[in-house]
Amino acid sequence: MATPVRTRDGGSALSRSASRRSRGEVPFRYASTGAGILLLAIMAAIAVFLVVEAIPALQANEGNFFTTLTWEPNSSQSFGIAALAFGTLISATLALIMAVPVAVGVALFISHYAPRRMAGILGYVIDLLAAVPSVVYGLWGVIFLVPFMQGPSEFLNEYLGFIPLFGGDVVAGRSMLTASIVLAVMILPIIAAISREVFLQVPRMHEEAALALGATRWEVIKTAVLPFGRPGVISASMLGLGRAMGETIAVALIFPATFGISLEILTPQGNSIAANIANGFGEATPVGRGALIASGLVLFVITLLVNMGARMIIARRKEYSGAAA
Amino acid sequence: MTAIQRISAGRRFKDRFVQSLVYLSFAIAVVPLVAVLWMVIKNGLARFDMEFLTHSMRNIGAKDAGGGAYHAILGTLEQVLLASLISIPIGLLTAIYLVEYGEGTRLSRAISFFVDVMTGIPSVVSGLFILAFWILALGLPFSGLAGALALSILMMPTVVRSAEEMLRLVPNDLREASYALGVPKWRTITRIVLPTSFTGIVTGVMLAIARVAGETAPLLLTVFFTDSINSDPFNGPQMGLPLYVFDQAARPTDTAIDRAWAGALTLILIVMLLNLVARLIGWWRSPARGR
Repeated sequence: MATPVRTRDGGSALSRSASRRSRGEVPFRYASTGAGILLLAIMAAIAVFLVVEAIPALQANEGNFFTTLTWEPNSSQSFGIAALAFGTLISATLALIMAVPVAVGVALFISHYAPRRMAGILGYVIDLLAAVPSVVYGLWGVIFLVPFMQGPSEFLNEYLGFIPLFGGDVVAGRSMLTASIVLAVMILPIIAAISREVFLQVPRMHEEAALALGATRWEVIKTAVLPFGRPGVISASMLGLGRAMGETIAVALIFPATFGISLEILTPQGNSIAANIANGFGEATPVGRGALIASGLVLFVITLLVNMGARMIIARRKEYSGAAA
Repeated sequence: MTAIQRISAGRRFKDRFVQSLVYLSFAIAVVPLVAVLWMVIKNGLARFDMEFLTHSMRNIGAKDAGGGAYHAILGTLEQVLLASLISIPIGLLTAIYLVEYGEGTRLSRAISFFVDVMTGIPSVVSGLFILAFWILALGLPFSGLAGALALSILMMPTVVRSAEEMLRLVPNDLREASYALGVPKWRTITRIVLPTSFTGIVTGVMLAIARVAGETAPLLLTVFFTDSINSDPFNGPQMGLPLYVFDQAARPTDTAIDRAWAGALTLILIVMLLNLVARLIGWWRSPARGR
């Protein structure tokens, strides 16, 4: 902290100008503290206002919010989150299963396989993938991927139909699987970027020790890189899961918007909380809007828990890797 | 070579096998990027003309040819500008608090944690919040400003994170030298710390802008739709470019789909341009270039 210094000669002039200049100190400090507190207040306000606006609709609900399978808040005032929550979880989980192995491969490629000079550029290419707006993926999904998936879906259904996941009588391109693939493409860059960061932090000594013992590149990765990076990959996957569950527009264009619970991912069925909000908002009555807000509240809570879990894993790792990294 | 045993065939095979898997996964990751960009460029160019850039959709049905996205481009620019005006000062001040004032306090740890959590808020939830707060509770109309508020909720945490990272890179020696000259703390921050990290912050802010420019869901709930030009972001429904693409893509005619592709191309051009400028600013001042 700078306090004006008084000297015997000329001190008054110095201190006068110094005090005039430090007059901004207190407001500036308050402004920056206030901005921080404002952010906390916004987070709290999000929860409060979603609850407040959801309550009237929940009171008007004639079904059970947690078990009713239909969503008819506009006509019969009966709606339930079960089918939507199920679709959200299944599509996000499928996307995660597809995206994580590829993302870890990409991260390893950039951190340990690609030539040093190329690594930066390749990382940038992956970041570009993240920069493509979700509505563009949705457009691509609905125009290209939906018709394209018809063939592979029929193939899976024909030869692997005995597995319940691929079973069902009618197969369509507009299915849970197609939506999950688009979600996987969208969350891949996030998971890859965080995993790459973690893999680059692996202590050089660990890798060189493994190399000195005669390990091949794969053995170095297996013994030094992956164990060190595991918490990072896990939390990156959880962040990706949160992103996949909240993704709206791309899946709103692809999901056939049905209400039901079925594990047959190739049949024309599927919906998610976010997609239902985007598709149902236009013709919603006041009760319908309240119902959509209630479903958004559920989505908010789920993603909040997933993200907080991911952040805690990262934060814990920071503590013990600080000295070693 | 007798002392060192050769690597057995099995270990060598495993090594090669994993290597090809890693190469393959990178190829798999690049395929969608190339496929999306190629399709957007190929299909988007069909309607990417002057009429598209200068006309709205007023009195144009789904089946009619022609029409454009002028109203949507205008709306997006205004909404993103407003969102930036709201979130950049707040985000920057929060980052300053975290780095310069709050270091180690309980409040700063709480803010830091919730900024991270806020990054993960689904975009549709930020739209629902503004719908519940601004439109339903306060009774204000759908407008570009409401959309900008929803976008700024998504933008703030990104700005805070990137600015915080950049402020932490400023060497403490600079701050101490300034204090030693009797410069008060706030003048040190505005005259020494911020200018030093200026380009890094600009890069982060540009990336944040590029991210929210492509968001659709919050606009859907706060800006609503219009086919006409509404240049006043404070009053009445507006359009946004992502919303335009979503709207046209949901119509089942070829002319509408063509407009959707052209809109997607315009959107990608805007986002990529922002990204490129951000990276160029970052590269221009990066230490690797010897500055």
